[in-house]
Amino acid sequence: MRIVVPMKAVPDLVEEIEITADGTGIDREYLKFVLNEWDDQALEEALLVKEATGAEVVALGLGSDPDIDASLYTAIAKGADRAVRLTGAGEVPDTATRARAVAGYLRDHPADLVITGVQAPDDLDGQLPATLGALLGHPHVSVVVSVALVTDPPEPPAVRVRQEFAGGRAAELVVDLPAVIGLQAARQAPRYAPISRIRQVMAAGGIEQVDPGLAPGSATGASGLAVRRMHAPEKTSHAQMLTGSADEVAGQIVDLLRSRGLVKG
Amino acid sequence: MSSNVMVLVEAEAGGVTDATVELIGKARELATAWGGAVEAVVLGPGEVGTGLGGADTVVRVEHPGLATYLPEAYENTLAELLVTRSPRLLMLANSTVGLDLGAALAVAWDAELVAYVVGLQTEGTTAVATAQILGGKILAEVGMAAERGVVTVVPGSFPAALGRVAGEPELVTVDAPGSLGSLRMRLERLVTPEGGDVDITAAPMLVSVGRGVGSADNIELAQEMADYLGATVSSSRPVVDAGWMPKSRQVGKSGLTVTPRAYLAFGISGAPEHLEGMRDSELIIACNTDENAPIFDVAHYGTTTDLFELLPALTGRLGG
Ligand SMILES: Cc1cc2nc3c(=O)[nH]c(=O)nc-3n(C[C@H](O)[C@H](O)[C@H](O)COP(=O)(O)OP(=O)(O)OC[C@H]3O[C@@H](n4cnc5c(N)ncnc54)[C@H](O)[C@@H]3O)c2cc1C
Ligand SMILES: Nc1ncnc2c1ncn2[C@@H]1O[C@H](COP(=O)(O)O)[C@@H](O)[C@H]1O
Repeated sequence: MRIVVPMKAVPDLVEEIEITADGTGIDREYLKFVLNEWDDQALEEALLVKEATGAEVVALGLGSDPDIDASLYTAIAKGADRAVRLTGAGEVPDTATRARAVAGYLRDHPADLVITGVQAPDDLDGQLPATLGALLGHPHVSVVVSVALVTDPPEPPAVRVRQEFAGGRAAELVVDLPAVIGLQAARQAPRYAPISRIRQVMAAGGIEQVDPGLAPGSATGASGLAVRRMHAPEKTSHAQMLTGSADEVAGQIVDLLRSRGLVKG
Repeated sequence: MSSNVMVLVEAEAGGVTDATVELIGKARELATAWGGAVEAVVLGPGEVGTGLGGADTVVRVEHPGLATYLPEAYENTLAELLVTRSPRLLMLANSTVGLDLGAALAVAWDAELVAYVVGLQTEGTTAVATAQILGGKILAEVGMAAERGVVTVVPGSFPAALGRVAGEPELVTVDAPGSLGSLRMRLERLVTPEGGDVDITAAPMLVSVGRGVGSADNIELAQEMADYLGATVSSSRPVVDAGWMPKSRQVGKSGLTVTPRAYLAFGISGAPEHLEGMRDSELIIACNTDENAPIFDVAHYGTTTDLFELLPALTGRLGG
């Protein structure tokens, strides 16, 4: 069994985000990029499936993503068997182009299971799992919190997944392979790889480069969409900020609660 | 192409969800501007339920295979309805259902898609959508000029009152697609939420911790303060995923919706999925070292004091 985990670098949301001068994009120049946290969850779940079944895990990144190599090497250090970097999708590919690049790769190098993060917080979120499913003609399920290979009976090959809804409700589904899963959270917190091990892997190199050629079709039609303007949300309201030393702020908070009868005395 | 606006109806035990009623209200406004009708799609057998008075037509597909949500069954059914009924715009809630179906239907139907929509207006035949990106820190305004579009809308973005109107929609029953007989997935069982030791939806005061607390051990600091305050400790999702808090304490989209008299947030950024579960709390006080954190846009009071200083200071003030 072959599991592919697409990974994406996204701006670190703790950083200040600047809009470009023309107002239609974000200024990427000074942004710090980190691995999408949900991709780390997806990789963890894939590694758990590997441990249970001996599956091969392939970490997949887009060459144009800043610092993606570090994430791919880390994936190998954690237990992925191979890492692949896709070339040729352009500098800052839009969602549709990205999806078609990943779909193009998967068409030439089929996977039994694709586990993506449920969403990436940067652009129009959460589209890749469903887009890939539709482009490849595979069943797909998103907002999943566990994936296990069905071993009883072994035919046809399938996974059992748990899909989450609001209020902690969930459904257990059996999905025939090949399938695409959007992962919300792995069964356990993502593992760490020791820095020394990551360094070793980096020194050995070995990220495979593949130019996938774009899969045909206008994925999500997103390419036709014109972003007119980006802006920070207009603050219809903003918190009144409490300042001073920690003790002074604590005093103000206690007073606020006391004035509402929430603190006695 | 028509000028109709189609809404997928989601229901829960109590009837049609608030998110659906909000969509119908907005669909009404768009359809009126375009001179079209509002079509509410109800999948599965059983009662239609109240709450759809704002629709002109209720389109029903009664197949038993649609009784509970199954991604592929819903997708195939909607894909066929989109082709046969050809609306201008399909509106879905940005729920699990929206995440499953939005992009897939956009590909199948060759339509434009905007996800995480919080605003929607017409400009002639164009729909102008405002969507959250970058975890809600930035809004993007997008013109949807093509003949077909799909939007997934963040619950709470539009007033439910506009959709909660009396009316007698025309009922149209449609056959299910034949493909429901040959699906590649099946429902094995539904899982009800595990009961927790406490019910955070009933707590008058919540001290809520986010990833900013850094480790399971540090939750002790919040617990101690909460004990002096007589409050219950809740959390954001990553804290639950890390195994630091039980699932029953999770506030937000995939957790519980709370409206306590006071919600004190420590080290929570205020992602849209978290805000969805707590924004209607009576008093919100947020502590976050990032002055641009979105939580400050819904909080009444805020501070950028480090939580590791503020929590002990609060405990001290409360008599600890
Ligand atoms: C389908 C779906 C459903 C989801 N459902 C939910 C849900 O139900 N509930 C939920 O919460 N999330 C949910 N999420 C996740 C959501 O998108 C965010 O990832 C999550 O809310 C972030 O949690 P956080 O604010 O604790 O962490 P972060 O976003 O990492 O924020 C941590 C914050 O702590 C601050 N901080 C760090 N150190 C300190 C310090 N010393 N003192 C003070 N502040 C500090 C930082 O500035 C930062 O703002 C869902 C996501 C998806 C895709
Ligand atoms: N450029 C990319 N390279 C690799 N994987 C990606 C890329 N874009 C999206 N993904 C995957 O798709 C998921 C959802 O992303 P999105 O649809 O952008 O919200 C991410 O968590 C990744 O697993």
